[in-house]
Amino acid sequence: MSDLTKLTLAQARDGLRGKRFSATELARAFIAAIEKSNSLNAYVLATPERALVQAKASDGRLQKGDARPLEGLALGIKDLYCTKGVRTTAASRILDGFTPTYESTVTQNLWDAGALMLGKLNCDEFAMGSSNETSCFGPVANPWRRRGSNMALVPGGSSGGSSAAVAADLCLAATATDTGGSIRQPAAITGTVGIKPTYGRCSRYGIVAFASSLDQAGPIAKTVRDAAIMLRHMASADRKDSTCADLPVPDYEAAVGRSIKGLKVGVPKEYRIDGMPKEIEGLWQQGIAWLKAAGASLHDVSLPHTKYALPAYYIVAPAECSSNLARYDGVRYGLREPGQDLIDTYEATRAAGFGAEVRRRVLIGTYVLSAGYYDAYYIKAQKVRSLIAGDFKAVFERVDVLLTPTTPGPAFGIGEVVGDPIQMYLNDIFTVTANMAGVPGISVPAGLSSEGTPLGLQLIGRPFDEATLFQVGQVIEDAAGRFPAPDRWWA
Amino acid sequence: MHVDQATVRKIARLARIKITDEEAKALEKELSGILDWVKQLDEVDTQGVEPMTRVVAMTLKKRPDVVSDGDIADDILANAPAREGPFFVVPKVVE
Repeated sequence: MSDLTKLTLAQARDGLRGKRFSATELARAFIAAIEKSNSLNAYVLATPERALVQAKASDGRLQKGDARPLEGLALGIKDLYCTKGVRTTAASRILDGFTPTYESTVTQNLWDAGALMLGKLNCDEFAMGSSNETSCFGPVANPWRRRGSNMALVPGGSSGGSSAAVAADLCLAATATDTGGSIRQPAAITGTVGIKPTYGRCSRYGIVAFASSLDQAGPIAKTVRDAAIMLRHMASADRKDSTCADLPVPDYEAAVGRSIKGLKVGVPKEYRIDGMPKEIEGLWQQGIAWLKAAGASLHDVSLPHTKYALPAYYIVAPAECSSNLARYDGVRYGLREPGQDLIDTYEATRAAGFGAEVRRRVLIGTYVLSAGYYDAYYIKAQKVRSLIAGDFKAVFERVDVLLTPTTPGPAFGIGEVVGDPIQMYLNDIFTVTANMAGVPGISVPAGLSSEGTPLGLQLIGRPFDEATLFQVGQVIEDAAGRFPAPDRWWA
Repeated sequence: MHVDQATVRKIARLARIKITDEEAKALEKELSGILDWVKQLDEVDTQGVEPMTRVVAMTLKKRPDVVSDGDIADDILANAPAREGPFFVVPKVVE
């Protein structure tokens, strides 16, 4: 039998239904691949026994012709999603040993659709990072390496375990989350597809909170079609999350392969930043040419407040993070570092439990929310955010979708961008706008850098119009081809 | 915007994070750098602009004010670092 781990989610679905292999055979192939992947550090916890129990149940249903939409499909789950009875840490020491007694809505939806869990995936601590280097489990290696080099590259972040696992064929697809670019940036630099849906499309219930007005769940997958299949079964209405939309979930897969003839695509001039590498500009022009050739019309548009999105984000996100992370007090769950009294216990616990980047953001957030500074920072940033959202609203009256690069450059080396937090933050310069405005964005692999590593193009759409992103994303995938990692050096 | 070490200590106290002298020194530089960088927002004219209070246009959902969950004390205590019967245990607060 050929290597089952190389299948796309859609191919595996068809193979299981056609009884060409069993869910147990599929799960075993992934379990074996994960066992050999320690040098990638993509999984922080493998759950093979659970996967095989689920696979057996799926095989029973497949035999009876009673298969659910994702029956027997093997997934990896970002360790930010609470999974009942399975350790969930958000890659933080402060949640060491935390075993949820409940299941996140998104993962419950996936299990209800018949999918099975291979394990929990590494990520930046509390999803704060763009390189997966802030994880308490250590960095993840990108399955891609520069041409002629053995240096380990980052897989992006915060969903770096998810992007690496999908790119390395360690799962058919993975869940991820995106607060400022944490799905799209890692997808772009590992040659995978990642979509951050509209704010409110997926429930946030049971996902460890970072910045509640920005966080969204979404998939990282091998193809646009696979991402469409995943999102359909992750999204739902949910009475446990009051910001989750009460809207029916469309069959996104139906949009894949639909013609884009006559579609209006906007090219925002503000994304052409100073010092942008030539190869990123070239990739963007290539994307414009592909969409034109497929019958879309291209339009120059302006989103005038784009350059303020990232600084505004670094007020709003830390502010919300400092509030959300107040719950880690060493009393109810997770780590406790005993102190002389209660306050000393809080302070010692949080000093020992949070890593440097998380501490930095909690402190910034505490500062911008503190008496005397609230209006100057937080309210100011929320006003700028209104302007950013207004930019998108105006532009979507003229065009159906926007095309931009996903990242300002390809994967960098582990340890290459340290010591300067702002330099790291700039990774999210093209992705953070969609979070600030709540609109959906997808990254699709589009080419290779001069170093031989993947680059992505981003499409940004109207609220709740993910279908158009899948429709246009498939056109890019058809034109660019797929980008599987060239060799399994880790196995 | 310069944040001095005394301010760093004050914020750390508010955030309930213990920091060493060395960390306070490093944070002084890092926090000042980040706050300097976000100050570019001052260039934006926000006169008459409402701050964002909802991300997408939707009315917040409401539900009847009735008990819909409960009796899960053991679940809630399951991850407690210290417990005694149905209680969380904390260091003594009152002398």
